[in-house]
Amino acid sequence: MPELLLDGQPLKVDEGTTVAAALLLGGDGSSRTSVSGQRRAPFCGMGVCQECRVSTDGQRRLACQTLCRDGMRVESRP
Amino acid sequence: MKVDILIIGAGPAGMAAALAAAPSGARIALLDDNPAVGGQIWRDGPQAHLPPQVHEQRRRLAAQSTIQLLTASRVIAQAGPKQLLVEDAACARVIEYDKLILCTGARELLLPFPGWTLPGVTGAGGLQALIKGGLPVAGERLVIAGSGPLLLASAATAQANGARVLQIAEQASWAAVAGFAAQLPRWPHKLLQALGLWHPGYRASSHVIAALGDSHLQAVRLSINGQVKEVPCERLACGFGLIANTQLGQALGCRIEHNSIAVDNWQASSQVDIYAAGECTGFGGSEKALVEGAIAGHAAVGDLAAARHLWPQRQRWQGFARALQHSFALGEPVKQLATPDTLICRCEDIALADLREHGGWTPAKLASRCGMGACQGRICGAATQVLFGWQPPAPRPPFSPARIDTLLQLGQPE
Amino acid sequence: MSQSADIIIIGAGIIGAACAHELARRGLRVLVLDAGRRAATAAGMGHLIVLDDNPAELALSQYSLQRWRDWGRDMPADCAYRQNGTLWLAANAEEMAVAEAKYQVLREQGLDCQLLGAAALQAAEPELSQTLHGALKVGGDGILYAPNAARWLLQHAQIELRMARVVEIDHRRVRLDDGAWLSAEVLILANGVYARELCPELPLQAKKGHLLITDRYPGRVNHTLVELGYVTSAHNASGPSVAANIQPRPTGQLLIGASRQFDSEAPEVEPWMLGKMLRRAVDYMPGLAGLNAIRAWTGLRAASPDGLPLLGEHPQRPGLWLAVGHEGLGVTTAPGSADLLVAQLFGETAPLAPDAYLPQRFLGVAAHA
Repeated sequence: MPELLLDGQPLKVDEGTTVAAALLLGGDGSSRTSVSGQRRAPFCGMGVCQECRVSTDGQRRLACQTLCRDGMRVESRP
Repeated sequence: MKVDILIIGAGPAGMAAALAAAPSGARIALLDDNPAVGGQIWRDGPQAHLPPQVHEQRRRLAAQSTIQLLTASRVIAQAGPKQLLVEDAACARVIEYDKLILCTGARELLLPFPGWTLPGVTGAGGLQALIKGGLPVAGERLVIAGSGPLLLASAATAQANGARVLQIAEQASWAAVAGFAAQLPRWPHKLLQALGLWHPGYRASSHVIAALGDSHLQAVRLSINGQVKEVPCERLACGFGLIANTQLGQALGCRIEHNSIAVDNWQASSQVDIYAAGECTGFGGSEKALVEGAIAGHAAVGDLAAARHLWPQRQRWQGFARALQHSFALGEPVKQLATPDTLICRCEDIALADLREHGGWTPAKLASRCGMGACQGRICGAATQVLFGWQPPAPRPPFSPARIDTLLQLGQPE
Repeated sequence: MSQSADIIIIGAGIIGAACAHELARRGLRVLVLDAGRRAATAAGMGHLIVLDDNPAELALSQYSLQRWRDWGRDMPADCAYRQNGTLWLAANAEEMAVAEAKYQVLREQGLDCQLLGAAALQAAEPELSQTLHGALKVGGDGILYAPNAARWLLQHAQIELRMARVVEIDHRRVRLDDGAWLSAEVLILANGVYARELCPELPLQAKKGHLLITDRYPGRVNHTLVELGYVTSAHNASGPSVAANIQPRPTGQLLIGASRQFDSEAPEVEPWMLGKMLRRAVDYMPGLAGLNAIRAWTGLRAASPDGLPLLGEHPQRPGLWLAVGHEGLGVTTAPGSADLLVAQLFGETAPLAPDAYLPQRFLGVAAHA
């Protein structure tokens, strides 16, 4: 089972779990704050809408198309 | 990297194309932006339950030493003639090909309505994908709305993972849905599928009015056959049908007809050596995609006899596709769900009221920033096409957000 | 045929809008016609920058910058005006000498500028390459979002904006593509690169440019960063060239340029040119490589042979006034261009000596003199 750091907190997830799922498994599910200050969560689920952009190991990536890996650092965006 | 056949999209069409082309000995690369093959319909994950047929397909793919799988990889630009620039999590490369097969699939049409930006609201197919990827929904109350058979499929996935599906609101009329169902015996396998997916909360002539809640979804206001009803819930999944992913084909110069990549009997596009198969040539489900993909794979390696042999099968599933598209045509009410303060552009938070005054996509974009965000109008462009009839612009590189590091490879000698 | 306004302006880009604004302010009725085609105001960077390739360019850009700073106080937020200053980056000792010479020239004109050594540059912009030798900071430069600035300039009761394409100019009237004729005492041609279609004798050359913008990364860059190679070598060549130009937008996005091509007017983004341009920018700011780009596009600059605009009455076509040929400086010099043109129209003394910008320098003397 991979263990990642989600916003600084350790989280163990099943193999094959997406970062999008991890956001809810280890937090409130939200991924970013919008331009006008609303919290947003993964929406289209298939790599199109860009709502689930988070920082994984320092890179901005889509949570819905990224699998959790052991030691991965994930930060949802304030 | 150089291959004989490059296949973009590893859903049913792309997998079938690769398997059909493989016996020729051609070097094949099969690329997909998801972490695993399967596309949307056969997406794998900790909460996915794939049919045995899919495991068989995946086993056959893995057994072919001439097929290279490039997952979690995205096409960013055309690097030169018969060259695509591709990015994955770690690096970027230019792939050169002789023949290209586009199996880029479809995405959901996501239409704006009040509250659609609240956490807890997702696409219908989107929710299914998120659940397969491990999103926990056990014990959650779920409402599904929109249009098309995907609503039932999404409900089934959610229920299998412990969600309570309270209501499914289909915008098409009972007459349309019944008409579609009545045609299903022509495709007995589809009829059995539909029966397996049937849900007592399914209502026709019904649609979402608003998602309610402050910082998170708390309830959904629905119009159920003309009656307004509020349903407390934790999750709302809304999809209004499918849109073919034609951007890459369009950028490569393929002719687009009826919002799909136009192909001939061999699944060949209007561009030499570019084929297309599956949902991107017109949506009609995995069976159509499988047979089209196989025809494209055979044709791309010159095995025209094998391709021709599959024509009758394709014709059968294209009939199903026509029935599907006709029955679930969008009615006017769902095109008018957004109110003046509903955000249309989710990237830049641009409301309906800021768009209406403009005469088209480009002036609206220039004046309001609608479509200038990271999704590059994929969501709001499709929505304004339905709402206002605005034509979204032609795609330009980068086709998706890409690391600048990746783009540095453009024009660089190998 | 109706006389629908005192003055008809062809082109609602930043130049046409600035002219309309000044004329309306003086009480004239102005009809602005725009074909809605892709054009430089929408495509450009919106960089307000003092350039000093020659005294006339310096005078016009310096005067215009002051006008923008005045307007900046009244412009609505969506015009995204900021006075963030430009840093001219010196990559080596030779370019640092250029920076010092430029500093002298600008200081003589009373401009707010400052030389930064390598350490001061690092402190001002930590994301820049540590190999840079220093920079010249020009504090009065700024940025804005030109499409909305043009719209703001056109918001006046005396100005009517009409979406229509002019296909012919005949004395003091224009024919639209629907066949209708409109007339006015004065016509002003301000449609950039498209002016050649209506006035083939104009010596305008299209110079294609590429731009790319990133996702939002607030706080990484403060000033607009421009390499001094922009004025020394790269952009003075006649072939395709690139120069590093990195601009922080108020959204937190970084807008990256610049390229120049003479042989292509096609709107397509050319991958090899995009790659070349970005490699140059990353040389100056290595951290760019890890950021996500979200969009690239192109535009055409309408350049005159000497790089200065044509501002004044057409010497052989009385009643037709020209405000074209601004190359990459249209947004910067729009206020000054409008003031120069309008002063000539009213027979007043212009705020700048108009001679260097007169169309006569290319089109010969007046036939009706």
